[in-house]
Amino acid sequence: MIFGQKTNSIRRRLIVQLSLIAAILSFAFYLIVRVVAETAATETQDNILAASATSIADALYSERGLVNLELPYSALSMLGSISQDRVFYRIIVDGETLTGYGDLPQPASPIAADPVFSTFVFRGEEVRSVAITRPVSSGGQAVNTTTIVAQTRLGLATISSRISATAAAVGFGFFLFAIGLSLLAAQSALSPLRRMTQSIQRRGPHDLSPVKAALPSELVPLVGALNNFMNRLRSSLAQSEDFVAEAAHRVRTPLAIVRTRAEIALRGMEKPSDKKALREMIRAVDESSRSAGQLLDHAMVTFRTDNLLAKNFDLGELTRDTCEHLSPTAGLKDISLLLEIPDKPYPFVGDPILLQNALRNILDNAIKYSPADSEIIIKLTRDKTTEISFGDQGRGFGAADLGGLTKRFSRGENVADIVGSGLGLTIADVVARAHQGHILIRSNPEGSGACVSLILP
Amino acid sequence: MRYLLVEDNAELAKAVVDRLALDGHVIDHAPDLTTAHGFIDVAEYDLILLDIMLPDGDGRDFLATHRRREKRTPVIVLTARSQVSDRVGLLDLGADDYLTKPFDFSELEARCRAVLRRQGGSAINARSFEGVILDSMNSHLTMDGRVEELRNRELRLLEIFFVNPAQIFSKSHLMDRLFSFSEDVSENAIEVYVGRLRKKLDGSAIRIETVRGLGYRLAKAA
Repeated sequence: MIFGQKTNSIRRRLIVQLSLIAAILSFAFYLIVRVVAETAATETQDNILAASATSIADALYSERGLVNLELPYSALSMLGSISQDRVFYRIIVDGETLTGYGDLPQPASPIAADPVFSTFVFRGEEVRSVAITRPVSSGGQAVNTTTIVAQTRLGLATISSRISATAAAVGFGFFLFAIGLSLLAAQSALSPLRRMTQSIQRRGPHDLSPVKAALPSELVPLVGALNNFMNRLRSSLAQSEDFVAEAAHRVRTPLAIVRTRAEIALRGMEKPSDKKALREMIRAVDESSRSAGQLLDHAMVTFRTDNLLAKNFDLGELTRDTCEHLSPTAGLKDISLLLEIPDKPYPFVGDPILLQNALRNILDNAIKYSPADSEIIIKLTRDKTTEISFGDQGRGFGAADLGGLTKRFSRGENVADIVGSGLGLTIADVVARAHQGHILIRSNPEGSGACVSLILP
Repeated sequence: MRYLLVEDNAELAKAVVDRLALDGHVIDHAPDLTTAHGFIDVAEYDLILLDIMLPDGDGRDFLATHRRREKRTPVIVLTARSQVSDRVGLLDLGADDYLTKPFDFSELEARCRAVLRRQGGSAINARSFEGVILDSMNSHLTMDGRVEELRNRELRLLEIFFVNPAQIFSKSHLMDRLFSFSEDVSENAIEVYVGRLRKKLDGSAIRIETVRGLGYRLAKAA
């Protein structure tokens, strides 16, 4: 069987493309989950920081014209509940640090009424800070205070990396699942194609009828083209078969006229030299028609062996029929065909038309080279292999190379006086080989003559 | 025997008609299927010789119709094709036998005989001379209540004598009719078969007489 170049597998392409899409989607999922998680974590921290800063700011009071702070314990403990992160604070009253870390930076715009969040590195660690600016009335006038609370982000990083890991795992799982789905999808998308292939492969070698399976609309143009092609092939095969038949007809009809007229003329002739000439003429006609026939047979056989038909049939019956057909021919020379074929059916799988042709050629050969009043014994035996042997009492094959006799146009050395093309055993050999068998030529084990066997597995 | 030959090639048909007439047969010739059907409707034939490629149809259709009408007349197809598949198809369609053109008339005759024998037809071919009956179909020779089996060549040789009992046949004439053209045999080979027949005819009312220098003829036993 011949395949086109296997450069592009639709299945592989489909799987690769679907997997690529799945990978992109999985990665996007991972990124989105990560961003959302980080944002959520930051917002949580910000809320707590703001609550903490607000409660500190609420605790500022004015006494005797001075702003004081009673630091509420809960304000810092609520920050500690998130994790073991370090907390920094700084209270600025009227530009002076009241308490806390004096080097904790102030936000760029300290005047805002809302809490101001910022992220920066403080003492070697990244921190998130909030600043709340509000006025406190002290001694009849408003004093600006700024409360800054900052916290390192270690806990946040832990949470976000945990969420990232989970997101990555889920994304990867989703990717694997998508690959599995894409395999299934490719399988199911290509199944009509596979069904079509099978339905074409299941056909017999001579079935050129259109494909009529229910197919998805995408395959309809392809099947249309295929049917169109088969149609053309069928008509071209039919044409060449017709041509061969016509050619045979054109050649054989004039030969038949010549031969018949020659036979009639021979009846009326008396002179031995004339008779001899006419006999030679008839022989030449026979020779050419026989050669033409065998050449056509050989071509037919070669064509059919390329598309071997496997059919179950009765080999015994086929052998009997072939012998029966040739028995009138054998009778002309008083040759008896003795059949030793088992009575019960002999089932065999092969191409009956080819095998019949092979048997006919072997038997025809045996009849041709057998003397008058002789016997040809046809045996069908089954050992490890099937053997159909034709043993004659003819002249045998002489000194010819027995193995070479199945070569095209090769004949025995002692047959110059008999009409023959040398194709008979070649045809039988081609058929035998097509069935994984062979032709065995040997001297007849039961007396004089030759024994030609068709050996089949 | 009465033959119907269905063949579109006029020259070949003429030659076949002439050739079969030499052996004493009666042949009607139909150049196409229509004529052939016309002939069959009005006459009885012993055998139909049918060509496959005809101007007004395929001989195989004729075969199918013929078998559908349950006609018993055997059909031998004369085909110019040598495709094996073709042959198998012909037998499936109800042809009794086939021959590839060009054919040997001895073989045609042998096949006709085989086909008729298979059909179990009556003694169409029986001929008698001086009370001795030659049944060609069954290869029997009956004389004085005694039956002798004849081999193929013995039968054909005796038939030649029975068709024209008084005629003298030369050795070379007999040789032409008895042996195939691919065989190289000497004229003396005829003596073998004449000898065998004489043995079988021994004690009957007839004998094969040697006419010195001319050949043989069938004669009353002395």
